[in-house]
Parts: sequence; structure tokens; C-alpha cells
Amino acid sequence: MNTATTAALSVAPAITVERRLAGDLAIWIFILAELLAFGVFFAAYAFTRANHIELFDAEQVALHRDAGALNTVLLLTASYFVVRAVQAAERLASAASARWLLAAMVCGAGFVIVKLFEYSAAFEQGVSLSSSPFHMFYLSLTFFHFMHVILGMVILGAMWFGARAGRYRPGDMNGLETGAAYWHMVDLVWLILFPLVYVIH
Amino acid sequence: MHTDTHGNPTRATILWLLLIVATVLTWAVGERGSSGVLIVAFLAVLSIAKGSVIILDFMALRRAPLMWRVLTLGWMALVWALIGLAYWNGMPT
Repeated sequence: MNTATTAALSVAPAITVERRLAGDLAIWIFILAELLAFGVFFAAYAFTRANHIELFDAEQVALHRDAGALNTVLLLTASYFVVRAVQAAERLASAASARWLLAAMVCGAGFVIVKLFEYSAAFEQGVSLSSSPFHMFYLSLTFFHFMHVILGMVILGAMWFGARAGRYRPGDMNGLETGAAYWHMVDLVWLILFPLVYVIH
Repeated sequence: MHTDTHGNPTRATILWLLLIVATVLTWAVGERGSSGVLIVAFLAVLSIAKGSVIILDFMALRRAPLMWRVLTLGWMALVWALIGLAYWNGMPT
């Protein structure tokens, strides 16, 4: 009987770990809504381009592709740092978790700086919402994403304070996981935006 | 007590390096200025591969109920299918 009980106990936790959504259900509903909105935006870009191919291809060449690629690296690295922060909290290393989150914020700030440099260069060349259909999509798509990065930075800041206060530990990770899920969504969307707007022609 | 929902640091580091390599490949396609259906298919595969790493590992949906993987991975596939369709539509005939 003792062996049977031990066997049952050792199986049960494996099953609960197997099926768990990391973070609040609410943030996941929100993430699905965001993905839907970005998806519609991406499809609108692609089908508008099909009617203005020469214009889109000519104006895409003028974009700062290097800045776009650098920003991809910064977002991916920030996401990786957030993963390390969550893993650190999972093994009760709050201080390390806070440091990883700070590193993620530095990458996020790098994204913002590169983007602002890119925008100011574009504005100098006369790029505006009304200068062409391509520019309209380029500015509105990247700015819509940019706003999400800004909100993501605020959320990372809140997570950083939480980690410093030692608020996250195994069994009490919801706040950290919820913020992490949002940040990864911002990254995920950029992984389509960059090839679509900066590379495909 | 739950552990290991978010994998281990070594795996995360390897995946991060692969994500960077895939990004350099995407950038290199842009530098060459290549275009065409095959190039778009290649970029789509890279993007979906990277997105799958984010979804399954970084977002930890590998350990979530199946529905969440279907919705997020399905979203990526659908968006790229639409981009491919629009690109095909716009090809010179």
C-alpha cells in the first residue's frame, strides 16, 4: 500500500505541470485580441501592396533596414532576458531575477532610441502619414507596435520592482509570468513586421 | 510545488542564439535584395520558426492546454498564408 501511495504522489505533480497556462487568463485573452488586430493590419498592408507594387518596392528601399534588424536583435535579447528573469524567480533567486529584468529594460530602451533615430531620419526625408500609401502603413504599423514597446517597458519596470521586493517565487509567479507573456507578444509581432515591411518586395 | 514550467537556462540560451542567427539570415536576404515567391517562402519559414520558439518556449505554451498552441501558432500560419496570397496576387503576369 505504501508503494502504491508513493507512486500515485509521484505521478500527480507531473500531470499538473503538464497543462498550465503561464500568467493570468485575462492577459492571454488580451494577447489574442492584440494578435488579431496586428494580423488584420499585416493583411491590409500585404493586399494594399499588391495594388501599388512599384511604389511600395521603391519606398521600402529607403527604409533603414539595418535599424530594423538591430531592433529585432534588441527585442529578441530582451525576451531572452525576461525568460532568464522568470527562470531565476522559479529557483528563488529574486536578486538575479531583478538584474535580468533590468537588462531587458536596457534592451527595450535601446529599441526605443533606435526607433526614434529612424523616425527622425524618415521625417527629414519628408515621410508622413499622407505622403504615400506605403509611408502611411510604415508609420502607423511601426508606431502601433512602438506604443506596445512603451507599455511593455512600463510593465517590465513594475516587474523589476516586484522582483526586487522578492514578490515572485514558485507557486506565486503569476504577476511575473503575466508581464512576461505581454513582452513576448510584443516581440512575436515584430518577428512578422520586420520581414514584411522592411524586406519582402 | 511546480518547477520547470519555463525550462532551463542552457536551453533558453541556445534558442536565443538560434533566434539571432535567423535574424541575421533575414537581414542578409534584405541586403542581397532578392525577391520572388521562394524568397518570401524562405522568410515566412524563418519567421514562423522564430515565432514558434517564442510561443512554445518563451511564452511557455508548450506546457499549456492545446487550445492555446492552436490559437497562437494558427495565427502565425494564417497571417503568413494571407501575406503569401497577397504577394502571389501582386506578381507580374
